[in-house]
Amino acid sequence: MTQSVVIQVGQCGNQIGCCFWDLVLREHAAVNQKGIYDEAISSFFRNVDTRVIGDGGSISKGKIRSLKARAVLIDMEEGVVNEILQGPLRDVFDSKQLITDISGSGNNWAVGHKVFGSLYQEKILEKLRKSAEHCDCLQCFFIIHSMGGGTGSGLGTFLLKVLEDEFPEVYRFVTSVYPSGEDDVITSPYNSILAMKELNEHADCVLPIDNQSLFDIISKIDLMVNSGKLGKTVKPKSLITSNAGAFKKQQRRPFDAMNNIVANLLLNLTSSARFEGSLNMDINEISMNLVPFPQLHYLVSSLTPLYTLADINVPPRRLDQMFSDAFSKDHQLIQADPKHSLYLACALMVRGNVQVSDLRRNIERLKPSLQFVSWNQEGWKTSLCSVPPVGHSHSLLALANNTCVKPTFVELRERFMRLYKKKAHLHHYLQVEGMEESCFTEAVSSLSALIQEYSQLDATKSMPVEDIPRLSVAV
Amino acid sequence: MSIVTVQLGQCGNQIGFEVFDTLFSDSHSSQGLCSKKENEAYQASCKERFFREEENGVPIARAVLVDMEPKVINQTLSKAARSGQWKYGEHACFCQKQGSGNNWAYGYSVHGPRNEESIMNLIQKEVEKCDSLSGFFIIMSIAGGTGSGLGAFITQNLQDQYSNSLRMNQIIWPYGTGEVIVQNYNSILTLSHLYRSSDALLVHENDAVHKICAKLMNIKQISFSDINQVLAHQLGSVFQPTYSEEGSFHYRRNPLGIDWQVRPPISGLPALGKMSLKKELRFNTSIANLVILRGKEVQSADLEGFKDPALYTSWLEPDTAFNVWKTQRAFNRYEKSAALVSNSQFLIRPLDMIVGKAWNMFASKAYIHQYTKFGIEEEDFLDSFTLLEQVVSSYSNI
Repeated sequence: MTQSVVIQVGQCGNQIGCCFWDLVLREHAAVNQKGIYDEAISSFFRNVDTRVIGDGGSISKGKIRSLKARAVLIDMEEGVVNEILQGPLRDVFDSKQLITDISGSGNNWAVGHKVFGSLYQEKILEKLRKSAEHCDCLQCFFIIHSMGGGTGSGLGTFLLKVLEDEFPEVYRFVTSVYPSGEDDVITSPYNSILAMKELNEHADCVLPIDNQSLFDIISKIDLMVNSGKLGKTVKPKSLITSNAGAFKKQQRRPFDAMNNIVANLLLNLTSSARFEGSLNMDINEISMNLVPFPQLHYLVSSLTPLYTLADINVPPRRLDQMFSDAFSKDHQLIQADPKHSLYLACALMVRGNVQVSDLRRNIERLKPSLQFVSWNQEGWKTSLCSVPPVGHSHSLLALANNTCVKPTFVELRERFMRLYKKKAHLHHYLQVEGMEESCFTEAVSSLSALIQEYSQLDATKSMPVEDIPRLSVAV
Repeated sequence: MSIVTVQLGQCGNQIGFEVFDTLFSDSHSSQGLCSKKENEAYQASCKERFFREEENGVPIARAVLVDMEPKVINQTLSKAARSGQWKYGEHACFCQKQGSGNNWAYGYSVHGPRNEESIMNLIQKEVEKCDSLSGFFIIMSIAGGTGSGLGAFITQNLQDQYSNSLRMNQIIWPYGTGEVIVQNYNSILTLSHLYRSSDALLVHENDAVHKICAKLMNIKQISFSDINQVLAHQLGSVFQPTYSEEGSFHYRRNPLGIDWQVRPPISGLPALGKMSLKKELRFNTSIANLVILRGKEVQSADLEGFKDPALYTSWLEPDTAFNVWKTQRAFNRYEKSAALVSNSQFLIRPLDMIVGKAWNMFASKAYIHQYTKFGIEEEDFLDSFTLLEQVVSSYSNI
């Protein structure tokens, strides 16, 4: 089995990361009753004998002693990382895997990317090499960051080039939180567009998220839970927004619920690689099936169910509802409507007591209402993992490579142009060594080219599907 | 004579387990509907083909398990051990840490050469434990990365190293509406390579077996386990021992005994005019049919219907094209059971569909970069398309 390393960068990245480690520990604790360090746990954790000083403490089998997350925590301010190290998860992180500074990036991509990038390049490489050495077979780097700020956006994307050069065979999966319309960081469009260019060129797969969608999902859940209209009770641990409870007893902070959704996304993405099932899906199969052309690697995700009602029996109708919900625009983690746009590819990753006939029935049922690109009319990738998430009997993660990401990018470009035309705040960037106006124009071009690709695909939407003439051969 | 089974990838290993389980439980069933002596002869024959003995008496499957990641093999080994009735050899598996990622090119060009020696050694060891080797039974899917790509590579190696032994590949045809997005690419690459190195391709379509579970067996929530058990049942009914000739009472030694290769007549095909007339009367023309009857009254069964010339291509006599194997000993406690193995035009439609979809995708160049990354170029795709179009054409014209 393979291992993955999580690299959390900036405030947002680290807060989401923290929620992720919380939940993944809970998940493994629920599955691994005997306390033996097995291959599933080893995908995200090392087993360490903390009595051994220095580096020799790693244990590869046997009872669990002390689990250390395969993580690298990077932030140019100390606040968030310090809080993590003082919180209940402090023993899960290896203090040697941190890179912090005190001054912060001032919401400036250029500071994060150019200044801190060059300052910390060696240190970053050192930490990455160390974490790779601890892996038997490293398959994937998961980078978590936001696009709108300075550290996550700038330093986070600087990392991508370093990873590509140093570990070309290891996948780079990036979870990026995009700024919503009412973002309070004025320069977030600049930061995002500059970061997009890096994502276009150096990421294998990007999972865009936006806060507005997460917020809407939470509102929906609150409405359901508090309305009591249906008179049914929701199983407490089954909320997609709930944290592990047992591990974090402190008051919930405002972004916790939203971060837990993203953490659940990462859990479900990797569950079929970690746990057994009748149709496994490894992480390398995600990009193989969902990325038809290297530049079109943005995947829209949706998670269902958002909660589980306290029913013991789950009639097939409810199971079917889970599949329908996965395609509704209210369940997507970015503002997007895949049902009314064009699918290039779609993956359905199911967990729990769901069998192949349930999958097939729902694909047949939903197919007619979805539009797939002409060369991939039956472009479905499916997986069945036997282990459900904690608190659920089953769950579904849908990943779509769909032209519905285009509006997000178009809007981002518009917000960028509004600022850039007036040269607003530009001097903050240009005064950083290595930054020139060409960085901006190149970044916008890169985004425009991407938008153009999606537009061209959209144009094929209503065209009739014609078969290409086949090779004719002599018998 | 013995068969060595090679189970490849998740699909191959999951199915392989069900096959051995079915073979074992059938051969040890008490309701053989025959004499004790008969039953013992059947058991002994089955045992020799598929199992070997260990010191403590638990039979060991003559199988090699191969996968590029460990989860499925671990599960398969423990399921077999749990039954307590039979098991896999302790050192009969080969595993790596990272799977093939549904990438045929990775399975064929990376995993293949890298692990060639280890896997062939493992197979050699199993072969050495056979008194006499009849051939290989290779179980693989064609849609994924390991079964398909590595499977094609290994089959080629088996052809080089054991050219006198039969290679029969059990291939699993994926669901039409996708399990893997690049399944059509993986399928055409696999099929074109197997065509050159395999002696016989036994095809099971997931869609067809699924329908059996739904319509004939009325299973409500069908799992892959259900599907694999139906498959294993069908394979068991073909490969369990049968008598060698009409009237003889010894089980045939060579389990893969008939001539599986069909060669069209050297003089060439008959005139077109004659053929098209006959075509209207048939819906499926066969080159060869094998019927296997087990249980009560096998000797008196009327098989004249199978010898109707209308079923066969005009350049074969029904007597040549039709074979029947019989045994009194019942299979899986069915009083009477029959199996049909057919080499006919049934494959044209599924094959044509896969080639068509793969061709459409290839025209747009989608996903090609994932294959060229590991050395499978556009030319290799074109070669595969050409070969398979010829196969479709050949079958269409019989």
